[in-house]
Amino acid sequence: MSLPKFVEAGNAFSIQSAGSGRSTLYFIGPGQVLKRDVQLGQTVFFPAGSLYNAGHYLVVLAGDSSTESEAFDVLPATRPADLSFLARPSRLPVSLHNGITGAVYVFDAYHNLITIPAQVSFELTTPSGTVQKHIVATRDGAAWTVMDSTAQQGMDKFEARIGEILSARVVAQVPGDPCGLKMNATQSGQGLQLKTDPVRDCNGNAVPDGTIVTFTEAYEGGQTTVDVPLKRGIAEVGMASHNGAIISVASGVVLGNQIRWEK
Amino acid sequence: MSKGPLLAATLAGITVALVVIGTLWPVPSAAAYAGAGTMLHSSSTPEEAAATLGNDIRTQTWDKAYASFANKAEFTEPEFVHDLTGYYPSLLTYTTLDKFEVRSLHASSNDAEMQLTLHWATVVGSSASTRDLHLVRNGDHWEPVWPIVKQQEVPPQVIPVNYLRWDVIYRGPGDDWGAQDVEAPHVRIVDMHPVERADGVVILGELLNEDVVPAYVSVTATLLSKNQSTIGTEGSFDKISHLLLPKQVTPFLIRFPNVALSDVGSIRMTPLSALIAASADPVIEIGSEQLHPNPGASLTGQLINQSGQIVNVAHVLGTFYDKSGKVVWVADQYVDQALLPQMPVPFEIHIPEDLARNISTERTVVATYSSGSAL
Repeated sequence: MSLPKFVEAGNAFSIQSAGSGRSTLYFIGPGQVLKRDVQLGQTVFFPAGSLYNAGHYLVVLAGDSSTESEAFDVLPATRPADLSFLARPSRLPVSLHNGITGAVYVFDAYHNLITIPAQVSFELTTPSGTVQKHIVATRDGAAWTVMDSTAQQGMDKFEARIGEILSARVVAQVPGDPCGLKMNATQSGQGLQLKTDPVRDCNGNAVPDGTIVTFTEAYEGGQTTVDVPLKRGIAEVGMASHNGAIISVASGVVLGNQIRWEK
Repeated sequence: MSKGPLLAATLAGITVALVVIGTLWPVPSAAAYAGAGTMLHSSSTPEEAAATLGNDIRTQTWDKAYASFANKAEFTEPEFVHDLTGYYPSLLTYTTLDKFEVRSLHASSNDAEMQLTLHWATVVGSSASTRDLHLVRNGDHWEPVWPIVKQQEVPPQVIPVNYLRWDVIYRGPGDDWGAQDVEAPHVRIVDMHPVERADGVVILGELLNEDVVPAYVSVTATLLSKNQSTIGTEGSFDKISHLLLPKQVTPFLIRFPNVALSDVGSIRMTPLSALIAASADPVIEIGSEQLHPNPGASLTGQLINQSGQIVNVAHVLGTFYDKSGKVVWVADQYVDQALLPQMPVPFEIHIPEDLARNISTERTVVATYSSGSAL
């Protein structure tokens, strides 16, 4: 039999056989087996879509008196049809150098990995409109890049594109650690009202609600501690008033100011 | 000939005989444990009266215990039961009394003072509570005066709660393998070091949730020998606050029994974190924290629930630091009563006496569990 050296996945092709009589033709490949009754001596046509899984195939022509076998390759289509885009992480702090990674795998219409080089365009767009763009050639079907998170919190659009094929992800840039944490204390009846200024990170982004702020009041013979979540950007709590108490505020490993309370 | 059938028949006969003897003439302690009666019936001395009361509490014969009180006119039987097991669901609600101890403090011909220590078997281990009993003589027997602690009443009110709540939606099963999923929370061990104790090696440290979302956390440690072979792997189990809100810090303690620190070459720490639906409520104030020196070194304080939600179980974790700010010990206590809004509940965490002299400062955190909430 006469086989082509290779066939592009999904394309039509034909095989010429020699001799006479009837025989059975088998294609055995990765994830696909094809069987066809043929008349020897004629050309056998296979329409588009017959073989679509790329890989190395064994072709066996089994007749009544003899069996012949040969091998040939089904190659991925050259035209990309799909991108698998892995963007990590989906959430990260602002101003992180090389904090965002994007990796792309290029596939044809039958989901075969296209191993010939192609130019992939990665684009990270922040809510403020800043764009980071990298163009990377695929190698063995994959391309990857790293990007920086910017100073402003918000949802970034991260896109990978080859020609008209586009895949998009969303990356959340969240505020970093509180910066310049400051509280004020005021007398409230018999007690003490502690309230922070609006809590922001070092880039001026508002630290999200729910973040824990710890107030500690140390006084003669004792101490009081309260973990308070931020609500509408500030943390506020009422505590007992002790003359001479040292009141401190912290969030995570970040310390804020200290107040010595005198009635 | 095999002797097996003869031996089996002999054993069966002895078993039946013992069952019959045990049924017809049970020993008093066995009958008491089976709930058929009590070991002590007499109240002819203050000690016996207190022990009979302890036994009634252990067997949960509340009516008998209530009937024995000299001051039963001051409270009802349900109030007595609630005084012991809690008015609201708490750690003591589903416990039984494991054992009790009676200690005489003072006695005269007509009255006596006894200390009754109750050791409850709870789901998180033993929990002891102590009641000072006054006993009075009534004819030929003694009657305890139960020191009833009536539940403080929370005034009817509406407390608006608008703290943040986080819910999590993961990616669906039909999504492509490259599709994004929600990121696990980023946590960091900010302090860790091993300590050698008499019963083995203990790893102490602190874990920070540096993310903006709540995290379910735990920590495991693997001890490696000097030739890098594994000595053992242990987890923090409940010696950690498992729910960490953003920027919250928890201490952790991991025990390796029967391991010598001199055998340890290195330690591999593995902090685990997962997203979890959580609420920023309730806020618990830890007030009147006091470090008490030896003897009987401890940290005492009180918990005040600043929210409107009843907290059924509170777990208090204390981190103790030396003058340089290094963690020297981590200890905990489960509070056995529910935290009602604005009602102070005391706690006491014991500190090993040999470490107490090195402790300069402390930091306390509270993990709370409310029935009907996720965590």
